Amino acid sequence: MDLGKILENMMAKPALLKRIGWVTLASLVVIDFFLPRPYLHFFWDSLPGFSAVYGFVSCILIIVVSKALGKLWLLKPEDYYDD
Amino acid sequence: MIEWLHPSLFLILGAPFVTLFRGRARQAWIVFLPVMAFVTVLMMSPGTYGVFDFMGLELVFGRVDKLSLAFAHVFTIAATIGAIYALHVEDDSQHIAALIYAGAAIGVTFAGDLLALFLFWEIMAFASVWLIWARRVKASDEAGYRYLLVHAAGGMLLLAGILFHYTDTGSTAFVAMQPGGPAFWLILAGFLLNAAVPPLHAWLADAYPEATITGAVFLSAFTTKTAVYTLIRGYPGTEILIWLGTIMALYGVVYAVLANDIRRLLAYHIISQVGYMVAGVGIGTVMALNGAVAHAYTHILYKGLLFMGAGAVIHMTSRSKLTELGGIYRWMPWTFVLYMIGGFSISAFPLFSGFVSKSMVVDAAAQSHLSWIWLGLTMASAGTFLHTGLKLPYFTFLGKDCGARPTDPPLNMLVAMGIAAFLCVFIGVYPSWLYAMLPDPVAYEPYTATHVVWALQILLFTGLGFFMLLKHVGGEPKISMDTDWLYRKASRLVMRLINGVIAPAEEAVARFYRHVLLGNVFVGRKGLWLDQNVIDGAVNGVGALVLRWAALMRQLQTGQIQHYALLMMVGSLVLLSLYWLF
Repeated sequence: MDLGKILENMMAKPALLKRIGWVTLASLVVIDFFLPRPYLHFFWDSLPGFSAVYGFVSCILIIVVSKALGKLWLLKPEDYYDD
Repeated sequence: MIEWLHPSLFLILGAPFVTLFRGRARQAWIVFLPVMAFVTVLMMSPGTYGVFDFMGLELVFGRVDKLSLAFAHVFTIAATIGAIYALHVEDDSQHIAALIYAGAAIGVTFAGDLLALFLFWEIMAFASVWLIWARRVKASDEAGYRYLLVHAAGGMLLLAGILFHYTDTGSTAFVAMQPGGPAFWLILAGFLLNAAVPPLHAWLADAYPEATITGAVFLSAFTTKTAVYTLIRGYPGTEILIWLGTIMALYGVVYAVLANDIRRLLAYHIISQVGYMVAGVGIGTVMALNGAVAHAYTHILYKGLLFMGAGAVIHMTSRSKLTELGGIYRWMPWTFVLYMIGGFSISAFPLFSGFVSKSMVVDAAAQSHLSWIWLGLTMASAGTFLHTGLKLPYFTFLGKDCGARPTDPPLNMLVAMGIAAFLCVFIGVYPSWLYAMLPDPVAYEPYTATHVVWALQILLFTGLGFFMLLKHVGGEPKISMDTDWLYRKASRLVMRLINGVIAPAEEAVARFYRHVLLGNVFVGRKGLWLDQNVIDGAVNGVGALVLRWAALMRQLQTGQIQHYALLMMVGSLVLLSLYWLF
């Protein structure tokens, strides 16, 4: 079995992968409207699709804030500690 | 019949014998030792063993209960996997250091008193630094040196805390600490340093990426997780840990965005993941403490797997930076798939190990109605998938073709990764196996439809964000400053200040004095005579004596910090074995 070949064939269909991705994302949110809410610790536990929004916002926030910190302050040239 | 056998005996005392064997026999011995330790752990029953009297103090080498057994179980598995991964390494010293290091970590988990704990704690530091130095390049020499200094300082904090604890309570038994007083805080600081809690964390991200490829696999397993064990044992329900753990989980995520070196990215995600455990210890409920143990268990396996995958890439391509990698999945397909199993596990995808352990801590935060903690930990989960599951594999294995044409690594490396990957999936599919090992009975069901959909939403929408910002998330050929700046840069700035400002100023003052005091030169002459004939004579005599002694002593000094470290390690081992003999 040539695993590399199988993976390569999968990667060769980006349009299909993209469509599968979108359908999965949409169905997750739709399903969430019909699921039971066994426990409510926070107010957002009752909101369907909350975790989708929170996951997306977290991702963007992490990237933007970290990149900004890096650019303004933390990132240095690779030879910063040599002298 | 021996009542109880310490599993570290195999690892610590058996390690030096590696040098006696060659070829297949050596490989067999390297795997035999951790396997024997594992079997010993499996056969153990709870109780207190190995109690010695040492100058009126009670040393306990064998406190066996569910908590220590859970950690020893995964430590011996990790040591076995790590040994298999390193089978191709010819350098004996690396095998010896790795085995002793693993043995010392297991020693900590069974130590029932603070002195025995301290002993193994120090052996860990001195053994593990070899895994950094053994790479034998300038960067790892320096990083290892810093690593050792930081851990020596941490050891001092711990020892000072133990002394205070002893004078306060008259006992060195290692049980839950009483809040307040210097002992409580000093011992806590020692533990937090090894757990890599910011701001005491920089040693980890500084040194692990500079270690040998196989050494980093061991490093990722033991030091931080023994510290988590000691926190669970000594500091359950300490509120400050909730906040430190959550900050830590997010801190690692921020630096992982900036990382370009693949093992540095993974190192920052150790810090992030240990944050969940530290927060769990702080929350302190039964579910949270169980969750901390469970997460330590799964973390050791998937983190080892991730370091093995990254190590395989470095081993086969000699490249370690995201900006220099890309498109190699076609050439290293097994490495890619096995790495991704680790990536899905750390990201807590359903059916992978992280899902059944991390959610215990996060749900414990929910049950205690800690909304900010819950939001922070959940955000860090998104960050975990973002880096370890998306950014690193995308820019290493997929993305732009870097032109390298490696193959999958040697078979022993793939086998080790395969074992770890199997366990990650096995625990994810069959969590009761893990839950049965936890200190308290578990009434937790991770696989409810609501929970699975909740987790998938967080993760897949993180993925959406990643692909939307794909152009901006790649590595940059830069390094990021962290708190190690204080001892790597600030110390140098202080020196420059002294050389550039203070020294010239002092000279100016001296010159001024010489001019002013010239008037008093006559008084000075008399003094000069006394100085030249009496004082100098005595000083010269002493000086000659010192010189002769120094010449003798110089023969013993090699100036190599490695030699001193070896000497100290051998010394502590000799003391230890003497103790076991008598």
